[in-house]
Amino acid sequence: MCLGIPGQIVEMHPQYEHLAKVDVSGVGRMINIGLLEDEHLVPGDWVLIHVGFAMSKIDEHEAELALASLQMMGEMFTDEVDALMSSPSTTTVPRV
Amino acid sequence: MRYVEEYRDPAAARRLVTRITDLAGNDHFKFMEVCGGHTHTIYRHGIEHVLPEEVELVHGPGCPVCVIPMGRVDDAIAIAETPDVIFTSFGDMMRVPGSNGNLLGAKARGADVRFVYSPLDALQIATENPSRNVVFFAVGFETTAPSTAVTLLQAREMNVSNFHVFSNHVTIVPPIKAILESPDLRLDGFLGPGHVSTVVGNRPYRFVPEKYGKPLVTAGFEPLDILQAILMLLLQIRQGRCEVENQYSRVVRDEGNPRALEILAEVFELRPHFEWRGLGFISQSALRLRPEFARWDAELKYAVPGVRVADPKACQCGEVLKGVIKPWECKVFGTACTPETPIGTCMVSSEGACAAYYNFGRLHREAAVTLGRSRAV
Repeated sequence: MCLGIPGQIVEMHPQYEHLAKVDVSGVGRMINIGLLEDEHLVPGDWVLIHVGFAMSKIDEHEAELALASLQMMGEMFTDEVDALMSSPSTTTVPRV
Repeated sequence: MRYVEEYRDPAAARRLVTRITDLAGNDHFKFMEVCGGHTHTIYRHGIEHVLPEEVELVHGPGCPVCVIPMGRVDDAIAIAETPDVIFTSFGDMMRVPGSNGNLLGAKARGADVRFVYSPLDALQIATENPSRNVVFFAVGFETTAPSTAVTLLQAREMNVSNFHVFSNHVTIVPPIKAILESPDLRLDGFLGPGHVSTVVGNRPYRFVPEKYGKPLVTAGFEPLDILQAILMLLLQIRQGRCEVENQYSRVVRDEGNPRALEILAEVFELRPHFEWRGLGFISQSALRLRPEFARWDAELKYAVPGVRVADPKACQCGEVLKGVIKPWECKVFGTACTPETPIGTCMVSSEGACAAYYNFGRLHREAAVTLGRSRAV
């Protein structure tokens, strides 16, 4: 029950501002978004849903940053390894 | 689903594991993942299998189903068997054994026990059945407690008098403290719970580095989240830092969800003591309804036995929950205790360490290959 499910807001309820329709893996569900009233959610936003309530907004910018840093770390790291491997002085037993 | 596939990229996992292996060197590290959701991810994706032997993960007490003591399950069954009661519960709790069977057993004996997805479902059942009393078995950490709180506010607003909450909500900080005070466990750091932290934020964990000198990194639930959080812990240690960091910043804010915290405080108050399975009584570690909500409090309406029941002798859930032993080191694991016939709570919930290991442990090797690397390869 602690595992949240990500869902994307499709439309706000026309009458009740604490309700919104979300798309969860292609299925539409009505959920309670009252706990995120300060976030001023709009259709297109992603939220994490626990037992029918949106508990947090998924920050796309932070998500992109995290992915980019993972990617960058990879490149920096593999570049470093590649550089080391291609360095002639580290490839063989030193010729004394 | 957004941001799921990306966080399962095998190439990125390989790079993370290489860096973790490099940083760990020949030293041994023991990190506790507090949250049952993390335990689930770790077993499901075979993460233990791809980590170097030097980095050991210890499973913590953050599975809300697993920490409910038998006495509370007995109380739940007593309420469920009261005439005219419709007893509602999350599915996970239905199979948790009390001293004399579980809620499914009570249902088989004729009690009206119903599975619900949300406390709002329980409230709806109450409005549709005005002549019956509907009780919601509320369990969970700060992740689910705000949902129960909002539901109670709604019950008050709609003036629903046949709806009651049996609150077993618990809070995350006291058990972490209890673990840190535990003499038989040496830990080098914590993977902080991801979804509880969406509500409480990262600030409540500051005592972990400040008072106990252990780093804590709040982590997400995808394989790369866990690996990156382990890397962040190792980096802190190797760089001589000790602080609370947030790996799961796409979801968790430092301040948490202020609105949810406000509603929690409006509806609930701390109990002086609450019993945790395996951890014993921990003061100020659980939530009960405030006196203003007494009308909806199942504990006041029903005379529950309220008896403390010791765990079955063979069951070692307590040691598993404290990370003292691994699931497979328990004497009854996989023999007398299985997900079909659980003796202990850790075998019931998919977030429980024993059930997660039982269901996915055998797939470790295959999962490790999917992730890109295995010690066995």
